[in-house]
Amino acid sequence: MSLRSPPPILSVRPSRALVDEPFEVLVENLPPGGPVTVRSLHRSEDGDDWEAYGHYVSDHSGKVSVSEDLSFGGTFSGKQPMALLWSMRPVPGSRSGLRLRKLKVTTPMLVNISVYRGHNDFRDQTPLASAITERWYMAPGVHRVDIREEEVQGTLFIPPGPGPFPGVVDIWGGWGGLLEYRSALLASRGFASLTVEYLKPGELQTDLEFSSFEAAFNILKDHPKVLSDRVGVLGSSAGSIVTLYLAAESTAVQPRCVVCISNANCYPHESGLSGIQHLLAKKFDKIRLDENNHEIWRGIGLALLDDAPYKVDMGKIRSPVLLVNGLDDQNWPVLETADRMAQVVGAAGKAHLLYRLDYPNTGHQIEPPFSPHFRATNLAIDGTKDKAILLWGGETKAHSEAQEDSWKKILSFLRQHLYCSPKAKI
Amino acid sequence: MPQQLKMEEKPCCVALSVQPSRGLVDEKFVVLVQNTVPSCPLTIHASHQCEDGHSWHAFAHYTSDASGVINVSEDCSVGGTYSGVEAMGLLWSLKPVPGSKPGLRMRKKNVQAPMVITISVYKGHLTEGFGDQVPLAGTEVERWYMAPGVRRIAVTEDGLTATLFLPSGPGPFPGLLDLWGGGGQLVEYRAALLASHGIAAMALDYLTCKYTMETGKMVEQDYFEAAYTFLQKHPKVLSSRIAMLGLSLGTSITLKTAVYSEVMKLRCAVSISGSHVQPLDGFLKETLGYFNENSGKTCFTEDNEAIWRNLLLPIPTDPSLKVDVGKLQCPLMLIVGEDDQNWCAYESAMDIKEMMERAGNSHLLTLLSYPNAGHLIEPPYTPHARSSLFRDVKSRQMLMALWGGQTLEHSRAQEDAWRKLLVFLRKNLYGGVKSTSPLSNL
Repeated sequence: MSLRSPPPILSVRPSRALVDEPFEVLVENLPPGGPVTVRSLHRSEDGDDWEAYGHYVSDHSGKVSVSEDLSFGGTFSGKQPMALLWSMRPVPGSRSGLRLRKLKVTTPMLVNISVYRGHNDFRDQTPLASAITERWYMAPGVHRVDIREEEVQGTLFIPPGPGPFPGVVDIWGGWGGLLEYRSALLASRGFASLTVEYLKPGELQTDLEFSSFEAAFNILKDHPKVLSDRVGVLGSSAGSIVTLYLAAESTAVQPRCVVCISNANCYPHESGLSGIQHLLAKKFDKIRLDENNHEIWRGIGLALLDDAPYKVDMGKIRSPVLLVNGLDDQNWPVLETADRMAQVVGAAGKAHLLYRLDYPNTGHQIEPPFSPHFRATNLAIDGTKDKAILLWGGETKAHSEAQEDSWKKILSFLRQHLYCSPKAKI
Repeated sequence: MPQQLKMEEKPCCVALSVQPSRGLVDEKFVVLVQNTVPSCPLTIHASHQCEDGHSWHAFAHYTSDASGVINVSEDCSVGGTYSGVEAMGLLWSLKPVPGSKPGLRMRKKNVQAPMVITISVYKGHLTEGFGDQVPLAGTEVERWYMAPGVRRIAVTEDGLTATLFLPSGPGPFPGLLDLWGGGGQLVEYRAALLASHGIAAMALDYLTCKYTMETGKMVEQDYFEAAYTFLQKHPKVLSSRIAMLGLSLGTSITLKTAVYSEVMKLRCAVSISGSHVQPLDGFLKETLGYFNENSGKTCFTEDNEAIWRNLLLPIPTDPSLKVDVGKLQCPLMLIVGEDDQNWCAYESAMDIKEMMERAGNSHLLTLLSYPNAGHLIEPPYTPHARSSLFRDVKSRQMLMALWGGQTLEHSRAQEDAWRKLLVFLRKNLYGGVKSTSPLSNL
């Protein structure tokens, strides 16, 4: 017992970070030139275990640096400093079609990083060493406020400091419910951000109309800590329809700039937003199944590209628009939609207002950096009690690179248009 | 609420960031100000309210560059509570705000919550009135003594008053007994920080522990042996890799233990700001008694601050009054401040070095001696107190003690000493296998 050797030392720096910040994982004091597996493990709020791992070989001094060394297999390979996060997937034996999303943003995501001897059967072993790292959506001092107005339910996040701050209305897409994490992160990056609840989890049905979002915009704009003339909108998936409407056609509000991730642009005018589910349902015969029986919905969108009664008239945009799309999006024809929008914008002489980021091999769910990629996930279809697995698309490595790259560029775009100095390079 | 100005006149949305925003107490950060007017005079200000409710602050004067940026790690402060290029000056130069009670010292009691510091940037070069102006920007920073996953365990068995901090992970880990000085109490923060670096560290109260408070008697050697044995037997501790770290009076115990103890076989020892001078006969009670006999050598400054460094001077030649460091068999690191006004740590260190050179075991000694550093050599980036109110445990008297040190050099010493201390512990507790033990596979 007294002759046991000291164990390897595993460190993660920084040990506490925001979710969009990189870390360095270093293992020391290993036997030199030996095979080891470095593994991350996280238990989600739903109680599922997620893991990622890489196979490494220690150097002559007994060190493995995940930032510098190459992985020779696992859930990722090659030199990938952050793959222990973005290549995470449910552990073997888990339910299928799972998705990792943090609902409670006031606490950090806890990730356990361990090192095991060898490249095989590591799950049966006690690790040689491990460390826990915290990943936060909220920076210290970010303030979370519940918004419960008649027309608008949501959550507001305000950066620390005296302010006032530029604002960003954050609008999600279908089936999400009230998602706070992106707004929390935007506030950690200096933007007061309001996320609006308009679709209950598992639903595409909403009672809200465009006017509710105009009300949300005004709540943010009129807040004493927000610069009223520096409010933008960020929308993803179905949320991009509202975003584009506010940018082009709203007479009540005028965003200073907008970002659309995985853009869509169609709505049934006679029933407004509340008719979207019905509109899509009319084209359900266009759903295709892939070899795994996962549902490909992009055919619905393609059919609606020409058939849809209404599209937001992009010729009327009054401020810069950034479109972020994945070229392997299997849920919506985002590329075709963006191309149509570009035509309309160009014809109106406003091409200088439209910016596009098109990412190859990237799917529909373009999330903040280092979030695990899901090629397909479960969805309970409202009203039918059926469960389907929807195909979002994307190849993990390329999709993760797109997440990292697009987030930087989205922040840079927002800073350029919402912070004061036109020469700012932040 | 400021009046609405025309677009051109609105103040810039100055962006202030601190990376990392949540760090360990000994980690560096980068304070960045962006989007200011170019070549603009600005003040960066740090404020902190400590656990006993006192307010501390630090500030520095900068001028933004041509692109409206200030990087505290690269740019020069031209005035304030520090000057020059000092990445961490906003922390180590923290002082009690004007009007505070004199003799304050910042020490964290609850190590499970972070220290929260507000960093702000103000227009112009201000030296006061920070509360009256609205800053251009502000942010919050958390400084932690405990890394995620470090476990805090109260230890009361075997009559001990202690707290054990276990690093994250399956272990087992090298162990360490952490001893503070004459002020007593159970001081946890250094042990918590060491556990964040992979050492199972146990902070031990030996002056105001349960035994002493109940009986009025000082503990004997067996109290420390019980602490050592507790660690040795702990399933998460490597029994052959236990060190002792002592500051001030803790040094007296550390040196005596390292040289003479039959029970406590230390892998290595660290002594900060202390001395080997003590009566060899007896233990804690006799050591304190010896100080008491010499208390007539106490001096006072014009501000009535007590200087106790002369109590053990001159360094005696009588061998019964000094730990015979020539008999030491394990590596020893000595850390001393040359401006220590509380103990004659520097003179003691010189004598220790000489004794070890004569005995032929000086290869075991690493001596770090810092000019203009004082007595309280603490973990880095924590504020320096040149003097503070001190309650002597035995006499219960409250005095202003002069610790010494000039803030800038003392802070540099803290940073350098801590880094070297961690390397020393890493090498001796994690490194190499002793030649007498067989090589073992992990």
